[in-house]
Amino acid sequence: MPKLTVDGIEVEVPAGATVLQACEAAGREIPRFCYHERLSIAGNCRMCLVEMEKAPKPIASCAMPAGDNMVIHTDSPTVKKAREGVMEFLLINHPLDCPICDQGGECDLQDQTMAYGRGGSRFDENKRAVKEKYMGPLIKTIMTRCIHCTRCVRFVEEVAGVPDIGAINRGENMEITALESVVDSELSGNVIDLCPVGALTSKPYAFNARPWELRKTEGIDVMDALGSNIRIDARGREVLRVMPRLNEDVNEEWISDKTRFACDGLRRQRLDRPYVRVDGRLKPASWAEAFRVIGEKVSSVEPSKIGAIVGDMAALEEMTALRDLMAALGSPNIDCRADGAKLDGAHRGDYLFNTTIAGIEDADAVLLVGSNPRKEAAVLNARIRKTWVQSAGALKVGVIGENADLTYPTTYLGAGPETLTELLNGSHSFCDVLKEAERPLIIVGAGALAREDGAAVHAAARKLADQTGAVTDDWNGFSVLHTAASRVGGLELGLVPGEGGLDAGAMLSGGVEVLFLLGADEIDTSGLDGTFVIYQGSHGDAGAHAADVILPGAAYAEKAGIWINTEGRIQMAEPANQAPGEAREDWKVLRALSAQLEHTLPYDDIAALRARIGELIEGLDMVDLARPGTPGPLRDDAGEMSDAPFACPVTDYFMTNPIARASQTMAECSELYSVGKAAAGEATGTNG
Amino acid sequence: MSGAAGPAVEQPASFEFEPEVWAQAEKIIARYPEGRQQSAVMPLLDLAQRQHGWLPQAAIRCVAEKLGMPYIRAYEVATFYTMYNLAPVGKYHLQLCRTTPCWLRGADELRRAIKDRTGLSHAGVSDDGQFSLVEVECLGACCNAPMIQINDDFYEDLDYESCTTLLDRLAKDDVPAPGPVNGRRFSEPAEGRKTLLDRVEGTS
Amino acid sequence: MLQDKDRIFTNLYGDQPWNLADARKRGIWDNTKALLDMGPDNIIGQIKESGLRGRGGAGFPTGLKWSFMPKESDGRPSYLVVNADESEPGTCKDREIMRNDPHRLLEGCLVAGFSMKASAAFIYIRGEFVMEARVLQAAIEEAYEAGLIGKNACGSGYDYDIVLHRGAGAYICGEETALIESLEGKKGQPRLKPPFPAAVGLYGCPSTVNNVESIAVAPEILRRGAAWFAGLGRPNNTGTKLFCVSGHVNTPCNVEEEMGIPLKELIERHCGGVRGGWDNLLAIIPGGSSVPMIPKSICDEVLMDFDSLKEVQSGLGTAAVIVMDKSTDIVEAIANLAHFYMHESCGQCTPCREGTGWMYRVLTRMVRGQATVGEIDQLHEVTKQVEGHTICALGDAAAWPIQGLIRHFRPEMERRILEYRKQAA
Repeated sequence: MPKLTVDGIEVEVPAGATVLQACEAAGREIPRFCYHERLSIAGNCRMCLVEMEKAPKPIASCAMPAGDNMVIHTDSPTVKKAREGVMEFLLINHPLDCPICDQGGECDLQDQTMAYGRGGSRFDENKRAVKEKYMGPLIKTIMTRCIHCTRCVRFVEEVAGVPDIGAINRGENMEITALESVVDSELSGNVIDLCPVGALTSKPYAFNARPWELRKTEGIDVMDALGSNIRIDARGREVLRVMPRLNEDVNEEWISDKTRFACDGLRRQRLDRPYVRVDGRLKPASWAEAFRVIGEKVSSVEPSKIGAIVGDMAALEEMTALRDLMAALGSPNIDCRADGAKLDGAHRGDYLFNTTIAGIEDADAVLLVGSNPRKEAAVLNARIRKTWVQSAGALKVGVIGENADLTYPTTYLGAGPETLTELLNGSHSFCDVLKEAERPLIIVGAGALAREDGAAVHAAARKLADQTGAVTDDWNGFSVLHTAASRVGGLELGLVPGEGGLDAGAMLSGGVEVLFLLGADEIDTSGLDGTFVIYQGSHGDAGAHAADVILPGAAYAEKAGIWINTEGRIQMAEPANQAPGEAREDWKVLRALSAQLEHTLPYDDIAALRARIGELIEGLDMVDLARPGTPGPLRDDAGEMSDAPFACPVTDYFMTNPIARASQTMAECSELYSVGKAAAGEATGTNG
Repeated sequence: MSGAAGPAVEQPASFEFEPEVWAQAEKIIARYPEGRQQSAVMPLLDLAQRQHGWLPQAAIRCVAEKLGMPYIRAYEVATFYTMYNLAPVGKYHLQLCRTTPCWLRGADELRRAIKDRTGLSHAGVSDDGQFSLVEVECLGACCNAPMIQINDDFYEDLDYESCTTLLDRLAKDDVPAPGPVNGRRFSEPAEGRKTLLDRVEGTS
Repeated sequence: MLQDKDRIFTNLYGDQPWNLADARKRGIWDNTKALLDMGPDNIIGQIKESGLRGRGGAGFPTGLKWSFMPKESDGRPSYLVVNADESEPGTCKDREIMRNDPHRLLEGCLVAGFSMKASAAFIYIRGEFVMEARVLQAAIEEAYEAGLIGKNACGSGYDYDIVLHRGAGAYICGEETALIESLEGKKGQPRLKPPFPAAVGLYGCPSTVNNVESIAVAPEILRRGAAWFAGLGRPNNTGTKLFCVSGHVNTPCNVEEEMGIPLKELIERHCGGVRGGWDNLLAIIPGGSSVPMIPKSICDEVLMDFDSLKEVQSGLGTAAVIVMDKSTDIVEAIANLAHFYMHESCGQCTPCREGTGWMYRVLTRMVRGQATVGEIDQLHEVTKQVEGHTICALGDAAAWPIQGLIRHFRPEMERRILEYRKQAA
């Protein structure tokens, strides 16, 4: 714990802290461009220079370890001059194009020029111009603005694990480039946030708005089950961009490209009014008419012939309303596991990511069972990579399932359940890795659970966790990685078939006469020909196409909602804008429908609804905290495992939900990456 | 880095080391400690350049793959160092030292001689492909200034006339022995040597 | 004048072949085992006592540097790295060692490496020295074959490898941490210090980086004794030194002389004097391009060693003496160097990346006088904004020649500006 003096203030900082951190601890602001807490230290921008007594010249505070008895000055004339000098050098070749620069208003260079610059230019030569670079459909480059801080280079190499960006040439000819190819990472958009100037900006957002025009709302992402903390920026009724919010426990400060760039899908393919199918065609209808048609149909069938399936992005509010409505109607047929995952929801410890996302960093061995975290939860995958980096490459990651490039080295163990069996009976060598580890982590993915033998696979994985010491008093290394944002919430609400009830698969193959789809689109609708389908949701996607009545709902950005992420963490979001047209927040639609069905739900406002949720879910007062669960008993009655290999449920990362499928940006990415892969495949063919 | 800023260069589709070149490469890789084979990137790029005449992107990619390093890292190296020619060069690649010690002793005269003899000024490849020119910084032969490096060899103590003669001979593929063109031994004083007198050949 | 009997580099001019047989005749590899038998502490002690200061430019005491290496290994190997990336304009001495006397360097590598418990030496030679690298590689192979290096080097029971690594054209790789980066197969961008190479160097292992000349003189110092070396030159500036004299002298040459030789004597005795006589001298850059120039008035008296040249706000650097007579366009001579530093900046640090180009362009205008008088002060300020604000010393090196120009030739710069104005008007 070195003690040092900063501008006369004595501070004590943890061992290993830098002078810059010590200055911050003393309440001194240190300007910087290249330094970033989550990246390696480059020390190249020289903006953080401070004066250290007894040192012959100013020191880069970002790189200098804090030492005992150091005397630091951040407000001396030397420091002021050093900062002015660096600012001037950064600006001499930086274009004065702030009026047409998308970074304007949120630019570190602008801000620091105002705070630390000299206020005028003495540079009388021609400014440097640098050719634009192509980095794919997401990142726009204006490389003349680049100040060579190399944050982007370090991010893609260190965090994303995809060394696609580099700094070529040298001296004043140094250029940042991805060599005219797409940055092949699901996290590439983060370089836009990291870039302290307008060199790397968002291509889809280009020239859309100024930051001061935007209304900023704190939201929760629903593109996967992580619940990444986001800020949704809207102007008028349009969501223009999505940015990450800091949450060390969940997404740190990263978000995936789908989280960031699918937001244009909020403006397309929207269901903005009710529809009713007349003579085989969907015709616009009024709310009253739509409700009337539903009412007539529902009253004509037995409760046991009514069913409901919840989609992947639903919030607790509408799920609770649907649950209560189905109960009131007397139907046991309700299922939140649209993909058929074999989780009964009886014991929370059996379906949560018990280790917690941040807890991954404590693991010293990882086994992935039927999960490709890079595609299913890119930000969580970065956390595994971070753990591997922090372990200096010692972390062993075993894979059962698809042998994919996860951006860190993995040991491929096998394709399916037979490998799990080998691990269980100790005949596989990776068994020793797990047993020798102090804190092994077993991640079970949707690819292992959403299949006929899912319960058996789950039981086997649980048993393996027990055998390898993955579950102890102070470490729970058994974790389920979901892909649907709604899933844990649905399970906690008990949205699984009641006594004698039908599951999603049965309902989708003609088991019910009236089927209510609450935003359920990742389903096979081919067996619904004889079923009267009510689709409530935001987009005209698979569910809506199969519907007889469509009720327009709000998308995630348009509602006050609570989601529970894969860890069991309850998170709340505020609405960033209103749903389009006649669409309404989903719980209100259900509330109104319940009145039509003469089973009026007993909540008139969100406060009452949330009080009701509080009756169903424990810990609603523990918002933002991971809520650990207790596992159920080990089971021997879960049946036999088949020998079918585990398949990743995400076949196209960019197309996993109706919002993403409506997004032009995602469509462009999808096409580009599939084409890119085909080209790569060809190249391998000819080179091989 | 030479050629990097020039016009787009037609790149070959692929590159492979010839077996005897690769044998050399393996010897070089083996000199570095286990797991540090990336150290061999510079010598391997050099071997690739010697084999191909210049350093195409396919060769950089090939070297990166052989050493298990990302392409961009190898590409960074290839563009950072001046000796990698990223575009074709002439049969005789003239590297004219322009830095002060050579400049003081007539580097400008050599530049003029090159221009007069080959038509090249500052940089480029002559129409017949016999010569290419690049102006470089100090080559570390300052006591023998001014000088030019031609391919691997230093030609030193040049002036306009001797430079022209040198280029004339090269045009006919008559390659003179490298070193000082005035018969001087290495970097001893051209006359009036006062040291190591008993060492002079024949006297010891 | 240094007597021939006190010279270390007895084959400086390649009078004899470089090979092992002839090297042995010059006393190299003569019972090297006895030198190793002195033991590491003793060797370092002798080098310290000799007063040897690094010959690569900075003049850091060599023995002291060696003593920073860990005495006990924590499991990591230690390395000696030899800086043969001779690129400082004006400097061409290591080249002569490597092509004419390579075994002297190799023997030095063994002795120095042994004293710091290194397992290997890596010699980083600049890429353009193709012939020199061939000679050195052949000498290394000779030494392996003769059992002088490799397993049980010189029968000492000590295993020691020497690896030659060729650069590919980058002045910055003469900076020790850039050299290490380059040796690891990366761009030659200097590293942040701390950690220093003695703690975390090549491949993350303890390393010492020394100039060729510093290493090559070590065995001779041990053979003749520290007192012999310390008896040459002046206190704190001891021994012999290779001087490279270039530019406007009648017979430019490399020569080994005693430290502290008067600059004038060096030039008049060995280099046939300044072209057109001593009075035709304008200024001299006494230690390679990175040190500020000194005008004739200082050259008249100054001694060629670290402390004397520091006193006159210059430096011994690599002892590369660049002589400029009165025919020299002094502004262009420095603009030329400014171009060098712009071209050689690695591009990492803001002040150097941006400042070197700015300084070069302003100076280029000033060659013609196309500037304002106020811009001279501004240029000086820019050099001050670069100096001391970068990771490595290239920023300083780019600033100092310009500061030297302004310090000694400001009237000439102003004259050109006024003349240009007159002509324009």
